[in-house]
Amino acid sequence: MALLEVTGLVKHFVAQRSLFGRALAHVKAVDGVSFSLEAGKTLALVGESGCGKSTVSRLVLRLIEPDAGTVRFNGRDLLALDADSLRKFRREAQIIFQDPYASLNPRMTVGQILTEPLALHDLVAPAQRRARVAELLRLVGLEPRLARRYPHEFSGGQRQRIAIARALAVEPKLIICDEPVSALDVSIRAQILNLLRELQDRLGLAYIFVSHDLAVVKHIADHVAVMNLGQIVETAEADALFASPRHPYSRALLSAIPLPQPKAKRTTVLLEGEIPSALNPPAGCRFHTRCPFVIERCRSEAPPLLADSTGHATACHRTAELPPADAILPAAGGFSPALAKLVAAFSQKTEGASPAGVGIQGTASATTEAMGTVR
Amino acid sequence: MSASPLIEIRDLRIRFHGDDGRITHAVDSVDLSVANGATLGLVGESGCGKSVTSLAIMGLLPKQSVEISGAIRFDGIDLLQTPDQTLRDLRGNRLAMIFQEPMTSLNPSFTIGDQIIETILRHRGGSRKSARERAVELLRRVHIPSPERRIDEYPHKLSGGMRQRVMIAMALACDPRLLIADEPTTALDVTLQAQILELMRELKAASGAAIILITHDLGVVAEVCDEVAVMYAGEIVERAPVDDLFSAPQHPYTVGLLGSIPRLDHRAEQLATIEGMVPNMAQLPAGCRFAARCPFVLDACTKAPPPLIEVSPGHLSRCIRAPLERLVS
Repeated sequence: MALLEVTGLVKHFVAQRSLFGRALAHVKAVDGVSFSLEAGKTLALVGESGCGKSTVSRLVLRLIEPDAGTVRFNGRDLLALDADSLRKFRREAQIIFQDPYASLNPRMTVGQILTEPLALHDLVAPAQRRARVAELLRLVGLEPRLARRYPHEFSGGQRQRIAIARALAVEPKLIICDEPVSALDVSIRAQILNLLRELQDRLGLAYIFVSHDLAVVKHIADHVAVMNLGQIVETAEADALFASPRHPYSRALLSAIPLPQPKAKRTTVLLEGEIPSALNPPAGCRFHTRCPFVIERCRSEAPPLLADSTGHATACHRTAELPPADAILPAAGGFSPALAKLVAAFSQKTEGASPAGVGIQGTASATTEAMGTVR
Repeated sequence: MSASPLIEIRDLRIRFHGDDGRITHAVDSVDLSVANGATLGLVGESGCGKSVTSLAIMGLLPKQSVEISGAIRFDGIDLLQTPDQTLRDLRGNRLAMIFQEPMTSLNPSFTIGDQIIETILRHRGGSRKSARERAVELLRRVHIPSPERRIDEYPHKLSGGMRQRVMIAMALACDPRLLIADEPTTALDVTLQAQILELMRELKAASGAAIILITHDLGVVAEVCDEVAVMYAGEIVERAPVDDLFSAPQHPYTVGLLGSIPRLDHRAEQLATIEGMVPNMAQLPAGCRFAARCPFVLDACTKAPPPLIEVSPGHLSRCIRAPLERLVS
């Protein structure tokens, strides 16, 4: 049985009301989304701003109530839970957000931040809480003595580690990661991605990884669902999707990402026009206004999400007729032989040193922050 | 690149004087040059000095608390020695800049037409009618649909991608010789980013302007730049033609950066990480600024600051262990 099973999820937000409070316009943020997730695996939800990926992640935790659909976690129907059982469920599913600056209370020390979930769910006897906090900090690669410090004394990457430690405090089975590395510098991003993977291996966590960055998704996901205007347009095993994306939107997304490989030979699919508004999504296939392969049928009839024998599902009338997607990503590896050797040497030497990013000097991190504002 | 670069920066140093008397070395001994029609990528992480360098070129750093030395020669004059009045004539005219956040760079209480026309009238003069015609033409050049209608709209009615096009149209209003683009696509979705990058390539081909592109995204650099300068802790640590930098980087920091990005065209079990943190810019180490985080560090690295040396033609590295191939063969 899957850990998480989502069927037919719908959420419409009221965008405009009449003078008497009657709803005049709706944003169809999520419109019929279904997926499932196995324990210990990572599902990535990808798409551009406004595609509904973050709304799905909040619906799954019941942070907001869906208009229709079901969410089953370990076989239990989440939408039927009362307040008490819902709080118990929160022990099993946690969320970390994009902005670690905004998601930690600046008036609490790291120790207090990490003790709160332990006390709330009454997980650890008060006498043992300090030891548990130390253990959590070590788990995310921070020194236990940092428990006495406040969030502003840490850099962005360290704050994201603290947010991860807080999520881990209740020993969840599922963590929703909503753009967890988008606000971080590239070298810090790598540290957090490595940490998330390592924790998954050690603790058997399942992740729903919400991201707009397909390169990050390729690195971390087992399964990918591509969303456009509130619907899943393609979903497959990550390897299959990146090897041969089928939906014209997935192809356009993949080909739009600049590769760190000058003069890479690849086909580019440049989309014309703007992303349509979710307030008034196009009739028929919601991608038809930007699709280079559009035919008459697409304008009137919405294509269903149909899976083939391998589980690779696509919502496109023309799946069978589209040209093969060979050259969207170059087959040749991105690293030159010289670079591959250098990176290997770089990583090897580093591993011998301290574990991932543990060091902290109050002054140094404060300076990094100050310099960040200059940028 | 060519014999007479359009802009040439020599030994640029920028220091911020804090209220507490602390001096921050934001930029140190930066040498750069860009030829007509070339695109230079300025890469680095937050706080490395890339944006401060570009603000210095534009003369936009506050005079009271900032100390700048060196020379920035643009088209025969030294921008650092130029009076404010002359700088104002240059900015928006022959020197133009676009910023990351198009929402905050446009004035919300004027139509986009007003804002473009103002630029044209300020620098070119002429009648309002002809300026308006030029503004419509510019909007058409950056592919804004029905520009005759759009020109009278306010910024809030446009999407993020459209606003960034308007910013580019405004920057191009007086045919600048040098365009500085500071993270121009960072706030945009990928499909819009692809459109804007394509537009920049198109405009460069058409106008022959030089571009300095500031970004943290190495993919963007690979797609649009001819030459790259990597900055770390206020210094340029490596400068090279774009192919050389990506195929055979000569500074350990660049190697770490290239190894730490997840890539669509490469599968890595574990991403390389750069341990430790950026040095405190008010108390810089005596030797190489990257030494504390460098896996290839030697005793000599911490003794004296390494010079920028030419490893191969046009490829410079601030590392005494370069060429790095020696370390792995």
